[in-house]
Amino acid sequence: MSSLYIARSRQVAARELGGEMMIMSARDSTLFSLNDVATVIWQAADGQTPLDEIVERRVCAEFDVEPAEALKDAESLVRELEGHGILMVSETPVVSG
Amino acid sequence: MNVLMEEMNRRAVALGVPLGVQLDVTYRCNERCVHCYLDHDDHGEMTTAEIRGVLDQLAAAGVFFLTLSGGEVLMRMDFFPILEYARLLMFCVKIKTNAFMIRESQADRIRDLGVQSVQVSIYSHRPEVHDAITKLPGSLKRSIAGIRLLQARGLKVIIANVLMRQNYSDYAGVKALAQELGVEYTIDPTVTPRMDGDRGIVALGIGGDDLRQVFRNPDLVGNVEEFCAPPSAVNDEALDELPCSASHTFCYISPYGDVFPCVQFPLPTGNVRQQRFLEIWRHSPQMNEVRSIRPRNLPVCSTCSHVGTCTRCPGLAYMEGNMRGPSSQDCEKSFARTGIPSANMILKSASRPNPSLVQIALRSSAVPVS
Ligand code: SF4
Ligand code: SF4
Repeated sequence: MSSLYIARSRQVAARELGGEMMIMSARDSTLFSLNDVATVIWQAADGQTPLDEIVERRVCAEFDVEPAEALKDAESLVRELEGHGILMVSETPVVSG
Repeated sequence: MNVLMEEMNRRAVALGVPLGVQLDVTYRCNERCVHCYLDHDDHGEMTTAEIRGVLDQLAAAGVFFLTLSGGEVLMRMDFFPILEYARLLMFCVKIKTNAFMIRESQADRIRDLGVQSVQVSIYSHRPEVHDAITKLPGSLKRSIAGIRLLQARGLKVIIANVLMRQNYSDYAGVKALAQELGVEYTIDPTVTPRMDGDRGIVALGIGGDDLRQVFRNPDLVGNVEEFCAPPSAVNDEALDELPCSASHTFCYISPYGDVFPCVQFPLPTGNVRQQRFLEIWRHSPQMNEVRSIRPRNLPVCSTCSHVGTCTRCPGLAYMEGNMRGPSSQDCEKSFARTGIPSANMILKSASRPNPSLVQIALRSSAVPVS
């Protein structure tokens, strides 16, 4: 599978609270809470860094996880967040919108 | 409140994080509402740069919910740069506006900037009633047009209907209007005293029978039986609960940089032009005093059967002269809901001379004893 690029939607609000990222979608006012690993991925979602690089450089460096497993989990996480409209996922670099 | 929101609140209290802040960007307004508690002159509002600096500090302090209000926010020429900056800092922004000045381009920008909700005050569905309250001819028509533009862009719009004697009988009409516009509707039966302490406008509010009627209307309060149920026995939990969010997870900042525990609680705690926001939030003696109060520390309310269910506002109590005292407006609400007098009412009536007894005394002294 080719690399994925992820960017935070501009239609959300976000703030870290006690190590977890709170995110609210302006679209439907749904509130989400990301755990520490998901928070790292969210913070690195600049639209330019490939997801596998984020997982390798940030997730695997900060948490005791197996790289292949971590990437699989990260991919399903970003797809889920994309479904809620709080993250954009693309096979090419993206500009946050 | 949903589970996640509750958890977020609980965590914010434990960490001492101000989760929500209302920032009034101006007190100037194009309307002159009869019940408004503000002085609309500009006494030296914060500049755009100062507000940006405050927003930076609020984001760093962990503020998530930011309400931008006024006055009328659009009276500030730099309102959109302020809003844009707030959204850049990822605040969850709610705007309070009268929507009079919202045209296509403003509505587009509000949508594009990902604003969470827009609250608009509407007093009546009849222009003659609404415009008489705002004292701005044509205001109902323009506010409705503004709401339509926002709603058409998928924004969450809430009509807030302050109930007063003057407009009280129109609430069903305003609710129907909200339905027709496809927006949310909320009522507020409280008229706040003026910030300078003048309580004259409180008399514009509804009380007694009108309040009782509102609280017995299922369209407005949902389950009437539950809403008007007599209070259950007071337990320790109720006496140790946080009274409200003021100073715990919420505070208010005026256009001049003054920080207060709440928009309805004008106890000065500091000014962001002189101190860092977090210094005020964490170390202001006044902020910490408010923070230390629990219902069991309230001499009258702790003895009241309503203490566990009352909407007692410490800010209104403060404006009555004592932040540890009862808030008469909330006593009135508790009584209108349940028919059970509050401890404050009982105390007051006990300290008043009984007029019928005085009358008997006067009559008997007028009759010569033979
Ligand atoms: S009860 Fe009063 S002081 Fe407390 S949050 Fe509500 S309005 Fe503010
Ligand atoms: S009803 Fe009045 S006296 Fe009783 S708790 Fe509420 S504010 Fe206090």
